[in-house]
Amino acid sequence: MEPLTRIQRDARPESMLLNMGPSHPAMHGTLRIMLELDGEKILNAEAEIGYLHRGFEKTCENKTYFNLLIYTDRLNYVSPLINNLGYVMTMEKMLGVTVPERAQLIRVLMSELSRVSDHLTCLAAMAMENGAFTVFLYMMKAREFLWDVIEFTTGARMTTSYIRIGGVRADLHPDWRGSLTTAIRETRQVLKDVSGLLDKNSIFLGRTRGVGAISREDALSYGWTGPCLRSTGIPYDVRKASPYLIYDRLSFEVPVGEFGDNYDRYSVRMREMGQSLRLLEQVAGLIPDAAPLSAGPTIEPSEAIARSRRQRTGERIRLSPNLEGYEKERLPGLVATDKPIAVPPKEDTYTTMEGLISHFLFFMSGKGIRPPKGDVYFSVEGGNGEVGFYIVSDGTDRPYRLHLRAPCFHLVAALEQLIKGRLIADVVPTFGSMNMIGGELDR
Amino acid sequence: MGQENLIEAIRAKLGDAVEGVSDSFGDAVLTLRPAAVRAVMAALREAPFEYAVLLDLTCVDFAAAEGRFELVYHLYSLTRNVRLRLKASLPAADPSVETLVGLWKNAEWLEREVFDMFGVRFEGHPYLKRILTYEGFEGHALRKSYPWRLEQPRIPLKGDV
Repeated sequence: MEPLTRIQRDARPESMLLNMGPSHPAMHGTLRIMLELDGEKILNAEAEIGYLHRGFEKTCENKTYFNLLIYTDRLNYVSPLINNLGYVMTMEKMLGVTVPERAQLIRVLMSELSRVSDHLTCLAAMAMENGAFTVFLYMMKAREFLWDVIEFTTGARMTTSYIRIGGVRADLHPDWRGSLTTAIRETRQVLKDVSGLLDKNSIFLGRTRGVGAISREDALSYGWTGPCLRSTGIPYDVRKASPYLIYDRLSFEVPVGEFGDNYDRYSVRMREMGQSLRLLEQVAGLIPDAAPLSAGPTIEPSEAIARSRRQRTGERIRLSPNLEGYEKERLPGLVATDKPIAVPPKEDTYTTMEGLISHFLFFMSGKGIRPPKGDVYFSVEGGNGEVGFYIVSDGTDRPYRLHLRAPCFHLVAALEQLIKGRLIADVVPTFGSMNMIGGELDR
Repeated sequence: MGQENLIEAIRAKLGDAVEGVSDSFGDAVLTLRPAAVRAVMAALREAPFEYAVLLDLTCVDFAAAEGRFELVYHLYSLTRNVRLRLKASLPAADPSVETLVGLWKNAEWLEREVFDMFGVRFEGHPYLKRILTYEGFEGHALRKSYPWRLEQPRIPLKGDV
């Protein structure tokens, strides 16, 4: 016999207990909210999480620092690039690496694209659950344009693993400016349309204004960060409070709300997207065009390998642009080269002895990236708030302990308080405005 | 107040509770006596320190190597814009510490997670129950003694014979 949960134990005999989720259309990932009801009024609530727990932290302890990057894609799966960035910058803090300027600019570009798509996804789902299906479709359309930019460069929509320790994996797609311009134009239009549809819509206002409100003190006490904290009027943003990358050189504002209710969370996200688009334009202006790859005769890869068996080959190899590292000569601008922390170019591995040795020194068990002993915490501003990594290193090639500070863990902890005393119908917009992401909540 | 002055002020006020001060990759770290954790946190939350946010709480298992669990708290002060890391070592045999519920509201969930993953007991916690795994999960998954990929026994469904 399973022990009773708190809500079952404390329920009044005359009230009704109702489960919302774990399988429920408004429960985004999987989350179970148990409600004690008097008619439609919520007397008490209890949230149960963990349905998407897959042992992220345990897995990371058993993977090398290089291998575990792919698991960070799957935390907040709407903005995987920001998770990559958080992990990678924590490692760089430990390793003491300086990242090339171009790579930093690309990272900002990718972060802001991810932030906009994160906010779009949250608001699209929230609006749809409140009956505004048009908004959902518009926002999903805008997100596709943003993901085009990401996909051209990283080769994937969600599982990007693009931001690597020391820099980024590859240079931007040759046509990135065109796709970015389209994405910014389309997203601006969608934001304008959605503002027109929702900002003064009495149905939307009725379900969001004054609903799910939280005070500043409570928001801090719950450890809220990100747009949800800013909706209460506290302008805490990691990008401003402890600037990383080149954020201190860019001009943007931190929008805040006033009441900390659902509408303010919506409105802060909308205004933040406008700021992120501004940032995208600024960064695009700062990134110089990539230097053209040097011309001249090239040889086929098979021939290069055959020749390298007899002598050192100096010729450039004709590689498909799909292959990682085909742009070897651009790598010094994209990834730090002062320490052996990035995958050596494949063509060196196949054609030179030194390349082969450095390849094995990177991938062999017990070799590779080995930060000094110690522990480190670093955080970046994610779509939901402060995404922090706490890593304990014992000097080997695997983390002794890796912990993720997931922003929405703290947000969802407050859910019970926010919906207590309100109606069932208020659960959906309140929960929707929090942007709970199962991958990062349950880890 | 700079970070160094702040540490000095904390030591002056809570001297006997602080076992050591160190620096790890530029982050200030205070090591606390485990019995004093709640008192120190309560003091740090108020002026003049004003660490209003319990940013994070986690644990590291040094049980096999050093016979201890290490709790790691991260605090953040909005007014000063500084973070502070606090650590407390617990014996591996029966790790337990006073709860922070009542000081910060997110402590309830954070402590449940540490309890779930490491089996650390938080004295005075109103609802110390597993949070990421389920009732009936055997062992504590993030302990080093728990093998990666261990299969849990199946839980019979209601009505199974």
